[in-house]
Amino acid sequence: MKKSLVLSALAVILVSSTAYADTSGMRIAFSNNYAGNSWRQAMLKSYAAVTEKAVKDGIVAAADIFTTADKEVPTQAAQIQNLILQGYNAIVINAGSPDALNGAVKQACDAGIVVVSFDGIVTEPCAYRVVVDFKSMGLEEVEQMAKFQPKGGNLLEIRGLAGTSIDEAIHQGILDGVAKHPEFKIVGSVTGDWDQTTAQKAVATILPSLPDVVGIVDQGGDGYGAAQAFAAAGKPRPTIIMGNRQDELQWWKEQKAKDGYQTWSASIAPGVSSLAFWVAQQVLDGRTDIPHDLLVPYLAFTQDDFETVLPTIETGSVASHEYTQEESLAAIKANM
Amino acid sequence: MTDTPSPTASVASASVPAARGIAVRRWLRALLPALSLVLVVTAIGVLNPRAISYFGFSLMLGLAIPIALATIAQLFVITVNDLDLSIGTFVGFVGCVTATLLRDNPLVGIAVLVAAIGVYAGLGALIHLRNLPSIVVTLGMSFVWQGLAILMLPTPGGKAPDWLLTLMGLKPPFVPFPIIAAIVIAVVVHFGLMRTSYGTILRGAGGNAAAIERAGWSLLRTKVTMFTLAGVFGVLSGMALIGTTTSGDANIGNGYTLLSIAGVILGGGEFVGGRVSPIGAVLGALTLTLAATQLLGFMHIPPDWQVGANGIILIIVLAARALLSRRGDAV
Repeated sequence: MKKSLVLSALAVILVSSTAYADTSGMRIAFSNNYAGNSWRQAMLKSYAAVTEKAVKDGIVAAADIFTTADKEVPTQAAQIQNLILQGYNAIVINAGSPDALNGAVKQACDAGIVVVSFDGIVTEPCAYRVVVDFKSMGLEEVEQMAKFQPKGGNLLEIRGLAGTSIDEAIHQGILDGVAKHPEFKIVGSVTGDWDQTTAQKAVATILPSLPDVVGIVDQGGDGYGAAQAFAAAGKPRPTIIMGNRQDELQWWKEQKAKDGYQTWSASIAPGVSSLAFWVAQQVLDGRTDIPHDLLVPYLAFTQDDFETVLPTIETGSVASHEYTQEESLAAIKANM
Repeated sequence: MTDTPSPTASVASASVPAARGIAVRRWLRALLPALSLVLVVTAIGVLNPRAISYFGFSLMLGLAIPIALATIAQLFVITVNDLDLSIGTFVGFVGCVTATLLRDNPLVGIAVLVAAIGVYAGLGALIHLRNLPSIVVTLGMSFVWQGLAILMLPTPGGKAPDWLLTLMGLKPPFVPFPIIAAIVIAVVVHFGLMRTSYGTILRGAGGNAAAIERAGWSLLRTKVTMFTLAGVFGVLSGMALIGTTTSGDANIGNGYTLLSIAGVILGGGEFVGGRVSPIGAVLGALTLTLAATQLLGFMHIPPDWQVGANGIILIIVLAARALLSRRGDAV
């Protein structure tokens, strides 16, 4: 925490000396389609923390957050149109659909507004996309699983929200991983919606019909629920890949203390929202050399370092990393 | 359901001055949807004058057209004392067909959409013949449509046919396209349902089914007609939605179920008795669209409160209507 404060202070000094154009009069809006889980709450918190400081430091004039009342795509399209009418200079979007918002996004671009999407990205070419490599995350899950279960065996897959691009990408990565490691076989698949309660119910329902399972590959937010379902059924505890949630890491810590339980944890850092903000700010600043597709790494923890991060995560929240302007510049540079 | 006394019968038996009083109140009530729309537009104009322009209305009301069409679809079903809980996912399914089949293979696309309308007609017949609760049947169907939509479009994508994009992107002189479309929808449905003799029969099937049946009209036919019309307007809604968003998503219409019901009620309709108002329903849909997203957006409600504020606006508007109609009925 202290380190990031120092870093952001450094970043501010950096900004005041190297800004190309003046963004202090510019307003950036954030269009978010959902706020109902721990990850999204952490994302909003990261964004608010970084942008409040940016406004106070006079880097931008305003950075307002708008969340839609439901998860519906048309509502978010209407919200984007609303932000166009309010005259924002840039819109940061966590989109409910990669394609179905393109009409509204194009209208924004045509009105001269900079659009930066992240997490839930939009495919409209005029927008910027901050993309986490979900496919490689799915692949790495199986790679890690091969380390913990060298003999291979049956795997249970927990999927995320059906019909979303993120769910599809992680799933594809996992399939690629299993193709690479034929010693593993996926014997069952349930939908956990990135939510512990949903995952627990889904796993509990499928458990009686499953052969013995050595590992669970999932998408984050579902590992603790799966562990609970196995415990309740009295089945042997498999290797469950975790997703950086506080309850998941806490459970991992308890198991590790008990018998040296080993696993791996990865997820997209909610703080990527702050990176999207800085990208928007940089484009407004007059930079034209930023590629429209920016790939950023996912946030992973191993057996050795997860316990150091655990105390910094609030109960019910998720491990995050807030980008300072300096780190954002480095992340942009890594893509050029 | 058939025991509900018909509102027209009670009017006929009341004394003349009382009838006049009811007429005035009815007129007031018919005006309420228009009043709430004016109120919301005024509020938006005060908060952000820039929005009250050709460009602003084109943007803000673009997404109101599919909602208005879905609301009309719901209105047909509500007219015959039923409720359609599947209209949202049906619109989503139509959207997926529009963004894939209708573009790549128009004939197959049209065949699928016609078949979907046929399913709606069949549902009407099934509900009438087996005397099933429509809520249960349509709730079940909502999962069927959702599943079919995901089968059509497993991940979001597809693209609207070019002619549809051109149509929804029209920029007529002076009056924004969504306003013209809303007027056309309202007038066509109003004329068909409120001004033709068969329209009266259709509404009568909801108001006093026994009387309509004794007069020799087929209740099966009225129900099938209404569900078919609901299917037709559901298809129009899905196509208009994809024409606006340009691309499809299996979950795109899910919110329309509740919005359409709220729109009908807000527009002066009743759940039973065949008392509906097509013009009111279109105004209700426009009001809901503007109040829910646009007004709240301009008011800068903090994110934590936006979800709740949205619900509160809906309740306030509906409560105002309920108050007025309660008083109207009491006389």
